[in-house]
Parts: sequence; C-alpha cells; structure tokens
Amino acid sequence: MTTDTQASRPVPPPVDRPQTLVNLAVRYGFLCLLLGLIVFFSLAAPGFAGPRSAAFIFQSVAITGILALGVTCTLVVGGFDLSIGSVATSALMLSAYMMVVLEQSAFVAVLACLIMGAFVGLINGLLIVRMRVPDLLATLGMMFLLIGLQRIPTEGRSISTGMTLPGGEVAEGTFSAAFLWLGRHRFDFVLEDLIPVPVVVFLIVGVLVWVFLELTRHGRLMYAIGSNERATALAGTNVNRYKITAYMISGVMASIGGILLAARLGRGDIASGNNLLLDSVAAALIGFAVLGVAKPNAFGTAIGALFVGVLLQGLTMMNAPYYTQDFVKGAVLVVALMFTFALSTRRRGGGH
Amino acid sequence: MEHSACRVIGIEKAFGPNRVLRGVDLTIPAGQVTVLMGANGAGKSTLVKILCGVHAHDAGHIELFGEAFSPTSPSQAIDAGVVTVHQAINDGVIPDLDVASNLMLDQLNAAGAGFFINRRKLRSGARAIAGAMGLDIDVAAQVADLDVAERQLIAIARAMAREPKVLILDEPTSSLSATEAERLFKLLDHLRETGVAILYISHRMSDIRRIADRIISMRDGQISGTFETQPLDYEGAVTAMLGHAMTAVDIEVADRGDKVLELVDLRLSETGAAINLTVHRNEVLAITGLLGSGKTKLASVLFGLEEPLSGQIRLCGEPFAPASPGEAIAAGVFMLPKDRASNGVVPTFDITKNLTLPFTARHAPFSFLSRNRERRTTQSMIDQLGVVCQSPGDDIGTLSGGNQQKIMVGRWMAEASQLLLLDEPFQGVDIRARRDIGRSIRETAVDRATIVFAAELDEALEIADRILVLYEHSLVGEHRNEGIDLGSVLAQVSGQSAQQRPTQMSAS
Repeated sequence: MTTDTQASRPVPPPVDRPQTLVNLAVRYGFLCLLLGLIVFFSLAAPGFAGPRSAAFIFQSVAITGILALGVTCTLVVGGFDLSIGSVATSALMLSAYMMVVLEQSAFVAVLACLIMGAFVGLINGLLIVRMRVPDLLATLGMMFLLIGLQRIPTEGRSISTGMTLPGGEVAEGTFSAAFLWLGRHRFDFVLEDLIPVPVVVFLIVGVLVWVFLELTRHGRLMYAIGSNERATALAGTNVNRYKITAYMISGVMASIGGILLAARLGRGDIASGNNLLLDSVAAALIGFAVLGVAKPNAFGTAIGALFVGVLLQGLTMMNAPYYTQDFVKGAVLVVALMFTFALSTRRRGGGH
Repeated sequence: MEHSACRVIGIEKAFGPNRVLRGVDLTIPAGQVTVLMGANGAGKSTLVKILCGVHAHDAGHIELFGEAFSPTSPSQAIDAGVVTVHQAINDGVIPDLDVASNLMLDQLNAAGAGFFINRRKLRSGARAIAGAMGLDIDVAAQVADLDVAERQLIAIARAMAREPKVLILDEPTSSLSATEAERLFKLLDHLRETGVAILYISHRMSDIRRIADRIISMRDGQISGTFETQPLDYEGAVTAMLGHAMTAVDIEVADRGDKVLELVDLRLSETGAAINLTVHRNEVLAITGLLGSGKTKLASVLFGLEEPLSGQIRLCGEPFAPASPGEAIAAGVFMLPKDRASNGVVPTFDITKNLTLPFTARHAPFSFLSRNRERRTTQSMIDQLGVVCQSPGDDIGTLSGGNQQKIMVGRWMAEASQLLLLDEPFQGVDIRARRDIGRSIRETAVDRATIVFAAELDEALEIADRILVLYEHSLVGEHRNEGIDLGSVLAQVSGQSAQQRPTQMSAS
C-alpha cells in the first residue's frame, strides 16, 4: 500500500541480523550436505573415493547438466522449456541421419544439429513472445512435435550403419571417428584416459553460462526480466529479444547434449534420452537451493546435477537397487525446494 | 440521517508500519448515493475492502442497520446485504464461462442448488436478471468474447441480482461509454428510490454531478470533508480531496532555455482537444489533473508506449515519434513510470542493480559489468538524493517506500537527458523524501526539460515553474507558479471551467 506521511521516517533497522544462523544454513546448507554425502559414501562404500569414480559421476551427469544449464537460461527470464529433451533426441537422430544416411562429415552433422537447436529455440521464443502462447504449452507442443518428427524419416527405426532405408536401399554411411571422439575420447588427467570429452564440454559450457548470466549486462537484464518484466521493459530493454535469445540458448544447449549422446552411443537410438528432460529440469530446480538464492543460477544448476550424480553413484555402490533411483531423485528435489522456498521466503519476509 | 444503513466509526487499518486508515467515520444513509472521493492512496480501496470482508480492521467498529457488523469473508458481507462491485473488472466476472453462468453464479453457489445444472433454468434466470437491468445481451455468449464495458455491466448486474441493501461501486464507469454509464445511473436512481444505500467511488466529475446526493472526501486515511447541503459544493470536495494545506517550499521561477519539446496539435483521444505545448530547457513543468484526465496517456505517448491519435511531437527541433521506450531513451527522453512496485522496482535486485538497470551498457565495457563503476554511480545518486541505506548493496526491499522511490528517480537522473518525464514521482512517498526528490529535480533541471505529472496540486506547486491542467484529455489551464490563483486551478481540475470556456489553450 501507499502513502506514509510521517514527517520523518527512522532508518530502516538492519534486516535479518537475528536470523544469521538461518541465513548461513540457507546459504551453505546444500553445499555442506553435498560434502557430507561425499564423506559418508567415501567411508561407507569402498571404491567411492577415487578419480575413476569421480570421473564416472561427472560423466553420468554431463549431458543432463548441459541441458539443465540451457533450461536455467529460460528459467532466468521467467519462462520454461519443456522441449529440451526432445531437442536432444532430435539432435541425436539428426546427427546419425546426417552421417549414416546422407554420408556427411562429422563437422556438417554437428553444425546441422546446432542450427536445428537454435531454430527450435527461435520458434519456441516466437510462439511465446509473438503468439503469446504460455511457455509451458508452447514448449510442450514443440516437444510432441519433435518426438514425432524425429521418427518420420526412418519410419520409427533406429539409425545404424547397414540399416535398410524406407526406400529399400541400404545406408552405407558410418559414424566418423572424429564424431565418436566427442563421446568416447578420454583426456589424461592424473591418471591415463580419465576425463571424457562430454565432461570437459559440460565444464566449459557451465563456466560460459555462469559468466554470461552473472558477469555480463545481458545476463543482468535477463534476471531483471524474470523478476519484473514490465519494469525492465520500461527501462528500455528489448524484452522480447532477450526472451527469444534465452530459448535459443536452451535449444542449442539441448542439441549439444544430443550430439554428445549420439557420439557416446555410436548409433541413432530411437529409445535413448527418455529421462533427459526430467533429470535436467530437476537439476535446474535443485540449483535454486544451492547458495540459498531461490532463483535459477548456473552454478547451482551444475551443483544440482552433480548432487544427483553423487547420490546415485553412492547408493549404487552400496547396492541400492536401480529402481529406487527415481524415488531418490524425487526426494532430493522435494527437499531442496522446501529448503529454498520455505526458508528463504521467511528470510525475505522482513522486506516489502 | 435517521435511515443510516451503514455506519463506520473510528476505523483504523495499518499494513505493517503504513497506517492507511486513521480513524474514519462515515455514514451511508439508505436511499441515497454517497460519493466517496479521494486521490490514489487516500485509503478508499482499503475502506471498501474492510466493508466487504476482504480485510479485517484494526480498530473501530461498523454498524449495519444498528447492529454490529464485521464480516470476515466476502460471502458473509454479501449474506448481510453488503454487495460490492470492485474496480478490477475481472474480479467480478469469470471469463471462461458464458454470460448465463456468470449472472447465475450466486444461485449455483446457494445452498440447495442441485448437483446438475439445468441449462434452461439457468438461462431463463439469467435473462430475468439481465432484463431487470435493461441489459440486452446474449446470455449464451462467452464472457471472454465480450468487451470491457459489457463485462463491467455483467459484474454490476450480478451485484444487483443479489438484492443488496448496501451497494458499493468502486469506479464502475471507468470503462463505460457515456450511454452505458447513463444506463447504470438510471438503475442507480431506481435502486435509490427503493431505499438501497449506495456508496459510489469515482474520480469522474461528470458522474459525480449526475448521481451524488452527498460527497465525502478522503485524504491520507481520514475524512477530509463531508458535503451534503444542496447544491453540492463540488469544488470544495475536490479541494478537500487534493488538499492544499500550503507548503513551505518557495519556488523561484527559473529563466527558460531553448525549446526542447514541442507538441503541435497533439490529440490523445477522439474527445480530447488538440494540445499545443512547448517545454524549455531549465524548466520544470507540472501537469496536473484528475485520474483519467490524460496525464499518464500523454507520458506514454512521449515515451513510445502509445501512439497519439494525431498531431506532431518535436524534440529539439526534430520530429520525434518513438516506437518503444528503448528508442525514446536513445533520443534522451527518460520516464519515471508511476506505481513503482509494478513498473519500477525489480524486487530481487539490490539497490545498485536497480539503479543502473536502464544504463547497464555504460557500466559494462565489452558487455562485462563493472561492479565498481556501478557502485560509483549508485553512491553518487545515493548522496545526491539522500537515500537512507546501509550500503549500495542492500536489497531494494529493505528500503522504505520513500527511499525506494529515490532510487527509482536516481535511476533516471544518473544519466543526462533532454527531457525527463516523472509520472507521479511522489506517490507513496513521505513528506521528507518528497522534499529531497523535489529539491534534487530542481537542482539538476538546468540541462534538460522536465515534466512532472502529479494529481495532487501541492506536489505540483512544490516543484514546478509552470503548471498545466488537463481535463478529459484536453489542456484547460496554464499557470505560472507565482502568486497562483488556487481557486481557478481547482476549478479547472474539477472541470468547472471546461463548460464555460472552449478548451483551446495554447501554451507559449
């Protein structure tokens, strides 16, 4: 509400000082929990602590993490992208199709996938910004469209060398070695052949997205749009352009994930990547809780992805059955969201 | 007042530290239309929300037909016969249902309503309600397909169908045309004869002249005037609502510089007259007028948010027709929008990030933000405007309303502009912050033209070299802020002079 006409207003009291402990818990609780988990598994599961195991964890979350970083960008502008999973699987099929059926080089295949991802992002953005379709609906529609589209050229079959095409001829092309390198090569680090390329890509992309969102003015304006779109527009920002950009970043990230997946599998597997969407959205949402910022952020997203990876790897090594995995992920997500919103809204309660 | 249907005695209400109502006494007599006037933030809406059960009051009590009345929910208020049509039309209708369901919603809710819907009965009931109001409408139409005026009429019709004993209408005509409004007034005449007590909230003087039996003016959470002797003193009511308990600020009218902004035959709407206006460098111009007089519309046109109906704008001699705020800013036209909570403040940002929002490029070499540069800018604005805060890194939410507004003003003063537009810069701001902001605006006015849009006259008097009055999208008065005749300004604000004088007014 408005009008306070008291002649003088006291200096606002220092906010939140009595709640320092809660603040600390909100801020570093999640990181402490991650550290605690690692220590616990190291003691409880022999073989958990070690470079091989660490590299395995990173590898297991790299592709999910890349997608999650993309969806983080759309969350920042107050949107959401449900199509990332299907963009990734489309990139998977497209790269296979380019190489196996059209017999193109790895470079062309990668380029085609990236362009496809950017194009899907552009369409998503235009649907949302120009056609005013709500973000969830637009990207859900796009998800269905892509899931269907990627099956049409091969009549629903997976793509591999020697497969029979709908026309009757046999696909002669192969996955090139350069392409497979993207998914299978391991760099030496401490040990020989330790770190897979996707992990390196994940780390690079993570740093880039973090720099973009936290250090550049474009990232700042995207956060402003997510927080108060109208105020940001009235400050002269081209809100629509930033929103479309966010969806394009998301599309490109998803296609990178799809390329890496294809390179690891070495075939255009129609059934792969089913869990990508939910896992990456979960990572981005868990990211809200990291550092207690209660908003999408690149660092949190990466940590969120790792958290899930550590937990699953640890539990697996302690012989927890595979079918408990989704339950564990869900529990982590719910607890993280509780953490974030219950505690941080109380923390912000003193404000206006 | 032997038939006072509803009496409000000593009502107080505070939101946090903000005392919105400070002891309001009010009677709403049966069979009369009581008009409640008040500027934004005077507390009208809060009072209405207490009467209709949305808010609970902190102190005081309410009597309804001699019995204590303190509704804890809107449905309780309705059961007691207090029916409200809210200002936000969409509170009154459900767009995804058809007209019949909307009109009959209360019957669907009533105890004993069947489990299944009888469409035929629903429609005939709805037709009866619409007919009683003289509303010619297809009851099978979707409300979503109707225009704003029709939705408003449906919301009102539904309120009527509840057979109110006390009917509260919050700016019911804001989206109605003259004929539709007249239809509503006829209905209110009828209700008045049947003894319904009506509380009618409006800014529109033409409405008030048409319908009011009594006028009550509200200001700063208190009743500032009650007018019930015929003929009603409309001008007195406006004065009581705007209040010009004179301020201690003396303005020395500054010398004008060169022309910055020229409006040539600019028309804001079909009904408004052409506006001709020149604003000069080193001049602070205040444009005053009631809500809906066109102040915000004019500001929106100058800032690239809306297009004028016709006419030309020239900025520093060049034609100027911005298509977006971005273009306006690039041309050196900045605007502080009104209502900072929804149009200004980015709630998750700290002071610095809020302040530098429009000019991130100046603080980001190669797009990389320099926190040092930002802090330097912010600190200089904090010093200049006297913002009370711990550091430039505080969350914006930790600041009081006045200090938040200082940051919003500082946002647009941190860079040099040709023309600075400030739409209600003193809204929800305490008197000290208001002085600080006003002083700062005048001190920095040398190199630009400044236009302040303010409904409250003393705000305009406190800041401007020249005051213009808008009434229904036309310029009806111009005053140099020296020995100003307040009576004539108020007459123009309330549209009193509009009838006598043709509204051709060209400001040199």
